[in-house]
Amino acid sequence: MKVARADSKTELLDLYRHMKLIRVFEEACAQQYMRGKIRGFLHLYIGEEAIAAGAIPLMQPQDYVITHYRDHGHALARGMDPNAAMAELFGRATGSSKGKGGSMHLMDGSVNMMGGYAIVGGQIPLGVGLAMACAHRGDESLVLCFIGDGALNEGEFHEGMNLAAIWNLPIVIFCENNLYGMGAPVSEVLAAKDIYKMAEPYGIPSMQIDGMDVLAVRSAMVEVYEHVRSGKGPYFVEALAYRFRGHSMSDPAEYRHKDEEALWRQRDPVPTFHAYLLGEEGVSEAELDAVDAEVDAQVEAAVEFANASPEPDISELASDIIGS
Amino acid sequence: MAEITYREAVAHALTEALDADDRVFIMGEDVGAYGGAYAVTRGMLDKYGPTRIREAPIAESVFAGAGAGAAMGGMRPVVEFMTINFSLLAIDQIVNHATKVRYMSGGQFNAPVIYRAVTGGGAGLAATHSQSLEPWYATLPGIHVVLPSTPYDALGLLREAFAKEDPVLFSEHALLYRLKGEVPDEHYTIPFGAADVKRRGADVTLVAYSRMVHVALDAAQLLAQRGVEAEVIDLRTLRPLDMETVYQSVRKTNRVAVVEEAWRTGGFAAEVAAQIQEACFDDLDGPVARVAGEDVPQPYAANLERASIPSAQKVVDTLAEVVGV
Repeated sequence: MKVARADSKTELLDLYRHMKLIRVFEEACAQQYMRGKIRGFLHLYIGEEAIAAGAIPLMQPQDYVITHYRDHGHALARGMDPNAAMAELFGRATGSSKGKGGSMHLMDGSVNMMGGYAIVGGQIPLGVGLAMACAHRGDESLVLCFIGDGALNEGEFHEGMNLAAIWNLPIVIFCENNLYGMGAPVSEVLAAKDIYKMAEPYGIPSMQIDGMDVLAVRSAMVEVYEHVRSGKGPYFVEALAYRFRGHSMSDPAEYRHKDEEALWRQRDPVPTFHAYLLGEEGVSEAELDAVDAEVDAQVEAAVEFANASPEPDISELASDIIGS
Repeated sequence: MAEITYREAVAHALTEALDADDRVFIMGEDVGAYGGAYAVTRGMLDKYGPTRIREAPIAESVFAGAGAGAAMGGMRPVVEFMTINFSLLAIDQIVNHATKVRYMSGGQFNAPVIYRAVTGGGAGLAATHSQSLEPWYATLPGIHVVLPSTPYDALGLLREAFAKEDPVLFSEHALLYRLKGEVPDEHYTIPFGAADVKRRGADVTLVAYSRMVHVALDAAQLLAQRGVEAEVIDLRTLRPLDMETVYQSVRKTNRVAVVEEAWRTGGFAAEVAAQIQEACFDDLDGPVARVAGEDVPQPYAANLERASIPSAQKVVDTLAEVVGV
């Protein structure tokens, strides 16, 4: 475990809180999906929490986050209200998009969470465009654009890397490599052996990091954001991680070997960091319990809020299609 | 009043917008030093510089999506597709992203990006460079689809496009760029969803858009030689669609044909015809006729190409055959 720079106990507890909130929120989602409260596809972020928690809270308010359909963790880490997120998953009027987007399209303009996008790689061109807007404003803002390993085979990845590079745009393209594009092992469908080196021909600096280690993610991103904010152009990050659940709720992940899963579960980022805080940082059991209790209450409240919220009015069917 | 070309009208509206708002920029293939494949942006790179006249790589998906993303971030991008055929490489960004983001965000986000695309056939470019794909885009909720037929309309409609809060497909016909027409010196705009009666007549209605407006006007001349006065309606925008102007005309003439360059099967004329029969069934003296592009990939040979695109004579023949005019 790398030690991050100048982390106070409060900051460390915040990192833990972010991860734990995502974990408990996602578990609640799985439960509510089984109860039929959440419909459609549900892609859980369980196992990958260290990435969102390590990368996103460091960002500035004027920055943008844009991502793929496994987006709950990114939205929560960016500060989206769990009530609005859960209500969106329930398809309720109080949801972040009034129930019109659902799990794969969590968007919150109040925190520049520009959305989850469900066409693989489709968010990359949008992210590049947002970075053009950042560059125009000249306020050192940047875009953090998450992609999965599956998107590396989409032309939009290569087109986006090229455009970001030739126009020197302030964007971090962040690949969450969880080793499988749905059921396809990345090693079988991608010719490149070292994903982070795919940035090389575009002249974009890159690094590979441990996506199961929140402090490793955090300290890497401090460096990455400094680079991008100073006008040096885009950055590419590959974080190795593992999703503990299937691709979506309808996937039992039978294509994965149980030994492989067990190996990664030993590195579960939430209990690992919990143990680290107890053992290495002098955080007390009581302090961690307090965070756990707080997060449990928050998620329970979110489920209650969503459950009690009305369905969208039928007039919403044909609103928000086109403006003036 | 000044007489300008269709090309100059488009360039004029772009220049006005670039001058008025520093969030406006143009992005596309060869829009810079080359001046645009159809010379619309000629001279703009020198005047506005490379960050406002963005020379894009041949990568339609990313520059179409970047246009939408920049628009979401507060910019006012104009994305030029060298031809509408190339927009197919970017169709995911238009269909799944630019036109969906307002709805999927519950109204939090919008993407006011103008997609300019050269459309139409008739220039000997064969099947991949001659298509009229705007009816596809017109099926999409969340976008404005605009097809000017004259310099006056091109200027007024493109000015209006910059005032919109959502994506606009502004489709310019390749064979109209040299067309000259009068435009007033004073500022004007043309609202979307306002069809224009290009010729008055009491005997039969011809509904058209883009270059087919001129084919319909030519057909009206032929009809006039035998005493039949055709009313020619230019839809100008397919989405929003002004059917009220069409209905008023049909209630007067009781006979109607819809003329378009796109393929007949599933084309926009089919939509217009369906709406006419729903609203004006009792007013019609005969079937609603369609004169459309042949259901073939557009051929290269000049005689075959001519046969694939509606002509004035074909409009007249179809009226005789289907409507009995």
